[in-house]
Amino acid sequence: MNEFPLISVLTFTPLLGAALLLLPGVGDKGRARGTALAFSLLTLVLAGGLWWHFDPAARDLQFVEKHDWIPSLHAQYFVGVDGLGILMVLLTAMVTPLALLASYRIADKGPAYYSLLLFLQAGLLGTFTALSFLHWFLFWELSLIPAFFLIKLWGGPRRSEAATQFFIYTMVGSISLLLAFLALYLTAGTFDFIELAAKGRSGELARLLSSKLPAGSWPALAREQLPLVIFAGALLGFAVKVPLIPFHTWLPATYAEAPTGVTMMLTGLMSKMGVYGFLRLLLPIFPDQMRLVLTPLLWLAVATIVLSAFAAFAQKDLKKVLAYSSINHLGYCLLGIFAVAKATGSDAQWTTEKTAALNGVLLQMFNHGLTAPILFCFVGFLEARSGGLRGLASFGGLRKVAPVFCGLMGIAMFASLGLPGLNGFVGEFLIFKGVFPLVTWAAALSVLGLLITAVFLLTVIQRVFNGPLNPQWTGLADLSRRELWLVVPATVLMLAIGLCPQLLIGHFNTTVMVMVEHLKF
Amino acid sequence: MITFSYSQLLGLVAPETILVLTALVVLAVDLLVMRESSLRDRFLVSGLFATVGLIIAGAWLLAINVPAPGAHEVVVGLPMLTGMYVDSALGRLVKVAVLVLTLCTIVMSLAATFTKHVGEYLALILLATVGMLFLISAEDVLMIFIALELTSLSLYILTAFNKRSLRSAEAALKYFLFGGMSAAFMLFGLSYLYGLSGSTGLHEIAARLGGPILDPLVAAAIVMVAIGFGFKIAVAPFHLWAPDTYQGAPTPSAAFIASGSKVASFFVLAKVMTLGLAHSGGSAGWGGYAPGWLPVLAVLVVLSTFLGNLAAIAQTNVKRLLAYSAIAHAGYALLGILANSPAGLTALVFYVITYGLTVLGAFAIVGLVEEATGEARLVDFAGLGRREPMLAFCMLIFLLSLAGIPPLAGFFGKFYLFAAVAAGGANLSLLWLVVFAIAMSAVSLYYYLQVLKQIYVAPSPAEPIALRVPAATRVLLALITLVILVLGCAPNLLLGYLLAAQ
Repeated sequence: MNEFPLISVLTFTPLLGAALLLLPGVGDKGRARGTALAFSLLTLVLAGGLWWHFDPAARDLQFVEKHDWIPSLHAQYFVGVDGLGILMVLLTAMVTPLALLASYRIADKGPAYYSLLLFLQAGLLGTFTALSFLHWFLFWELSLIPAFFLIKLWGGPRRSEAATQFFIYTMVGSISLLLAFLALYLTAGTFDFIELAAKGRSGELARLLSSKLPAGSWPALAREQLPLVIFAGALLGFAVKVPLIPFHTWLPATYAEAPTGVTMMLTGLMSKMGVYGFLRLLLPIFPDQMRLVLTPLLWLAVATIVLSAFAAFAQKDLKKVLAYSSINHLGYCLLGIFAVAKATGSDAQWTTEKTAALNGVLLQMFNHGLTAPILFCFVGFLEARSGGLRGLASFGGLRKVAPVFCGLMGIAMFASLGLPGLNGFVGEFLIFKGVFPLVTWAAALSVLGLLITAVFLLTVIQRVFNGPLNPQWTGLADLSRRELWLVVPATVLMLAIGLCPQLLIGHFNTTVMVMVEHLKF
Repeated sequence: MITFSYSQLLGLVAPETILVLTALVVLAVDLLVMRESSLRDRFLVSGLFATVGLIIAGAWLLAINVPAPGAHEVVVGLPMLTGMYVDSALGRLVKVAVLVLTLCTIVMSLAATFTKHVGEYLALILLATVGMLFLISAEDVLMIFIALELTSLSLYILTAFNKRSLRSAEAALKYFLFGGMSAAFMLFGLSYLYGLSGSTGLHEIAARLGGPILDPLVAAAIVMVAIGFGFKIAVAPFHLWAPDTYQGAPTPSAAFIASGSKVASFFVLAKVMTLGLAHSGGSAGWGGYAPGWLPVLAVLVVLSTFLGNLAAIAQTNVKRLLAYSAIAHAGYALLGILANSPAGLTALVFYVITYGLTVLGAFAIVGLVEEATGEARLVDFAGLGRREPMLAFCMLIFLLSLAGIPPLAGFFGKFYLFAAVAAGGANLSLLWLVVFAIAMSAVSLYYYLQVLKQIYVAPSPAEPIALRVPAATRVLLALITLVILVLGCAPNLLLGYLLAAQ
């Protein structure tokens, strides 16, 4: 137990900022942006403090706060972080100021926009630190509503359809999650993730569920199938969010229509909510059920990787290329998670592979959370200069007029396709190193995805940066100082992680080992 | 036999007595003293008296002779009176909630211009409240019927109060005809219960109707009673009066019908079913059907949530939209009775109280828009977010709470209700109802967002008509918004009291 409620303060700082921005006094645009930025930087400082005081060697949750909230429902206010949580908190705290900076063009209803963005950040921070279902679900939904309004009010020409589609998909996911956990609560009598995980591991949960279901009471359902149905409900909630093919159809339109700053939050952070859910909830609570349907799940992960890479290849719109590439990169995370779930007994060699794969998954989450938003941000810059054009064929030869822009965007793209020395490589390498011995066929098929990713990202570089200069763009301005402030720190970070991944892995390795230990029995 | 004294009886019904006296005082003051004053002053002075009366009654309920949790203090003495008036800790909390909702209604009507009969209007609101308080305490079918009629008759008149509007008269007539019909059904059903058991007390009825097989006459009584109450609480398919009444009635009256009267009616319906027909429940579980009142209510739940939500989508008038959403919400609330457990009752009370507050706030805003533009069509809300940011924000909170979005009170109300009903049936067999209700509540998001879209996205009309927002209404809306936010984040503030009272 920690004496200072650092996590609560961290979560409520952006909320306070959001509330402050809604006050009528902060009406003017420049001041609203300054206030929002100040609050997000304050959050970053707090997250930095959390990272600094985090003990990487400890196996238990840290900075725990636990208070009774609704005793009649056994619901608690329960927060704490382990290596996974703190990684996501840090990522959230880093990406939000960047998204705010990237939104400097927002002119219409500025204060409301910044307020909603901070609201979204608070929702994300809450989701990544909450450890009791009701309280967690509150934040999970809290992040959905600002995202909906941000897309609907400030998005591109087809924002209305995109926002509705986004909302319906994620809402259906949320509802099925809610139902699944309601059923869990009614059988296990707790909302606590840690307790649920312990019961899931020992098989007690499945036993309780079957005992709730005397033979014949639900004609269409065998006793053993109830846990599987509940698992499927929870899976749907997270699969939509990541997304896992075939639950991805909301994503390209949403990413393309949302304003740049919001797309950065969506791809960098909200997609991580899904992966986080897999790691924090599905894997620990339902290991047996996951094993039962492991092969189809692996197929879905492989399909996600390969098909989204092909889809990205076929796109003519830069934002859609990046949107599909985003699905592709998160597919690797899911592949890693599913492979780790495979039953292998307690052989020490498998433990090493599983640890490698899971370390890779966590690293990939962070890397994608950093690289993908920056890429969307670059496309946003391009769009602002070209007056809304972002077609693959609309540009050409930009290297000659905007060398700094092309150079930095090039680095981000190479990081995304996994060039050694940059951050993307380490994560993907670790995932493949772990997955290959565990499920060779899936890893082998997924390599195809890696290849196509390289092809379409290089195509983008070739079509946009190289070739003869399109005469339309001879006056294209290079990056301004404000934009440099945005992208240079991120680029430095990509290099730093690429060269010294231990900076991050050191903080979550213990957590990963504990997770793998819990999986093996 | 314990001797029976009138002073004892008056002490027990002191809150109701206080309200009756207040109503008389309000009437007298307005008619005798304020005759020559301006409408505004008359509303202010009468409203002040009414407020004082409500506060004294509320304080009495909370402070004086509060029965111990779980204990039921019954008026005894004459055997005939048993169960006529039951004073319980939970009942007192529900009564206080009704008083708070009444107070909000009175604050809402302070700036009203639709009537010159201030004293009568406020007195009728207070008399309807007296009916509701008796309703909450009654555990005897006769008393229930009388209290229900006292409430209903007051509400019919309140609906017709805008004499300048044809719609108001039409609304009241429809409400009255349907209400009279439902009273007939209910009385018929209750007469069967009396005939079968020889008693009008709910406990005695339950004790004498217990049996392994459901008597067909009891089944008929159940259906009749369900129809009667179905009209009163406006669940489908007995909802036809509701949209017209909500649209035509003066806004404070409509808000009162939707909030205070709902709280009382649901509470007493829960008592009739779970106490009076305790052994005739049957089962509505999946694959485990047994005849009784549970399947009857389950049918009402399914129809109301389905029809209410789908019909609301098609509405272009926000008052009608709220009316259909009220039908859907009545369906959800019935789930609390279906749970047939103490947890279900708590969930029901929490739900109807938070719903009442929310819908009252929403009606207040709709009323303001209607007053300015003459109608409350969806397009009349266009651009409200720019013109009146505070009202728009309050409406946002109310509608999202009605839709059940966390972290607002509406979410917890629904969650607690769904949890209670899923736990209520043996072996999760009522889960199918929960799944259905949740799916329907997802549908409801669509039409609430339609309203919000008008408020925040649609451009303002070229020459917007300025809203006249009285300061009292502004304060009221801010307070309700605050309560909904706080109860969403810390539901235990209310839930704790409700649980402690059981």
